[in-house]
Amino acid sequence: MKLKNWKESDNIVGYVFTSPFILGFLIFTLYPILSSLYYSFTDYNLFDKPNFIGFDNFEKIFTGDPKIMKSFQVTFTYVFGSVPMRLAFALIVAMLLNKAISGIGLYRSAYYLPSLIGGSVAVSIMWSQIFGDKGLLNGFLGLIGIETSTNWIGNPGTALWTLVALSAWQFGSSMLIFLAGLKNIPISYYEAASVDGANAFHRFFKITLPLLSPVILFNLIMQTISAFMTFTPAYIISRGEGGPLDNTLLYSLYLYRQAFQFYDMGYASAMAWVMLIIIGLITLLIFQSSKLWVHYESKGER
Amino acid sequence: MSTKRKFKPFGYHLLVGGLALAMIYPILWMVASSLKPNDEIFSRAYSLIPSTLAFENYKTGWQGFAGTSFGTFFKNSFIIAVISTLGAVVSSALVAYGFGRTNFFGKNFWFACVMMTMMLPHDVTMIPQYVMFAKLEWLNSFKPVIVPQFFAVPFFVFLILQFIRSIPHELDEAAKMDGCNKYMIFFRVIVPLIVPALVTSTIFSFYWRWDDFFAPLLYLNKPELYPVSLALKNFLDAESLSNWGGMFAMSTLSLLPIVIVFFIFQKYIVEGISTSGLKG
Repeated sequence: MKLKNWKESDNIVGYVFTSPFILGFLIFTLYPILSSLYYSFTDYNLFDKPNFIGFDNFEKIFTGDPKIMKSFQVTFTYVFGSVPMRLAFALIVAMLLNKAISGIGLYRSAYYLPSLIGGSVAVSIMWSQIFGDKGLLNGFLGLIGIETSTNWIGNPGTALWTLVALSAWQFGSSMLIFLAGLKNIPISYYEAASVDGANAFHRFFKITLPLLSPVILFNLIMQTISAFMTFTPAYIISRGEGGPLDNTLLYSLYLYRQAFQFYDMGYASAMAWVMLIIIGLITLLIFQSSKLWVHYESKGER
Repeated sequence: MSTKRKFKPFGYHLLVGGLALAMIYPILWMVASSLKPNDEIFSRAYSLIPSTLAFENYKTGWQGFAGTSFGTFFKNSFIIAVISTLGAVVSSALVAYGFGRTNFFGKNFWFACVMMTMMLPHDVTMIPQYVMFAKLEWLNSFKPVIVPQFFAVPFFVFLILQFIRSIPHELDEAAKMDGCNKYMIFFRVIVPLIVPALVTSTIFSFYWRWDDFFAPLLYLNKPELYPVSLALKNFLDAESLSNWGGMFAMSTLSLLPIVIVFFIFQKYIVEGISTSGLKG
């Protein structure tokens, strides 16, 4: 009887199979979350015991740290600059590639390749050279008669935009998701619209966009969250400093510096919680707004 | 899209092909630069064609720094990526089966935890995890980088679960008739059928572990333990003013495993992204 139980009871079998996740969740997620919350109310340098200081860290974040304000500004500019660009490119190229034509697989690979390798250190290094004073961009500008020795990475006005460009360049994975969404739209819709005399403009706004809106929502949320977390390119391109003049000091980079360069673990933990709340609010906002613009086909049928 | 519209293939290829070329031009430029003599890389930066093929860049780059060659860095990356991936895929498959085929008490709660973990910015858990690994004296070993992967990766759980859900329950029933219990059903019925999802997860796990920079940056401080990602960054700090050719050569090599895997498993990768929204 007992043996049979062990073999067939869903309660036992279920927990046996899901135990890796549950254990991992308790050890590597839940316990760290709670500790991080505790650390955020302490002064903690990793070597001495955490010292409880109440809301001081949070007070400093919102009133006493000009660098963090700069870092917010840089991060928001980065997120709101790169995400819409990424999605727009992804959608435009997906529509261009949504055709049965020879060589389409090759194109799809070419557009996806930058996303594939984009997170690597090698690409960040390459990027810093493309936008350096003697790099690829200035080489091209020289070819068309614009001689310049601007160091786009080192210039406070343009440094962040080279990171935005790097992110926009990696639209490939969003593109593939859009492409899958486009393939799910029945051709008959477009044919019916054409019979009714709809032009390309109408077809895009009345058929493509509404039917694709759930996919757009999905991409928007995933890309926004990951954009807020961007670290590696800013770290590599600014050599770990977030410069010039803190203009590439993305929030994750500043948090890393507080924790592992200045050993202010308490402050960094508080920063992480502020970030979590901001991302949560923005995600919520996107979800709420989606009621106005996301179209679900099955609406009313259930 | 519209079957009626006649598009002009030539103009189409010019536009889409031209854009595609612009997309991959930076990558081609990096590969070309890795073959240029050092003084030529930035003097004719726009060009893709080296005046002579400077293969010695690969030789000088391979020597690495601090007495450690890229042979060691590549070996470290392979060890980390392969073992982590094995752990991630096996554990995720087990967990996905648990969620997909059993109704245990608290299942919805735990599944909500899977989804939450997937969305959670890792900045929140990073510091306590570091403290934990420091107390365990795991710093400067591969353990902090590898061990967490053996506790299921939510993305892969989700991906494999979606796949399991599409397998008809009748197969399970039939196997049960033949005397299989739930454990045997997993190994004999489910595993053979979810191979495509396992392959997709394997590829993505390999990519992410291979590219991972942050965890090695935190946990590995000895050059002989560096994976390629961290080694490149330190190579940049050590050599960048003198040896750009070697830098581009090693950067190119570091991307090679990823690109090779991509061209072999293209179909799985594209399907994996399209159906699950995994980021590449």
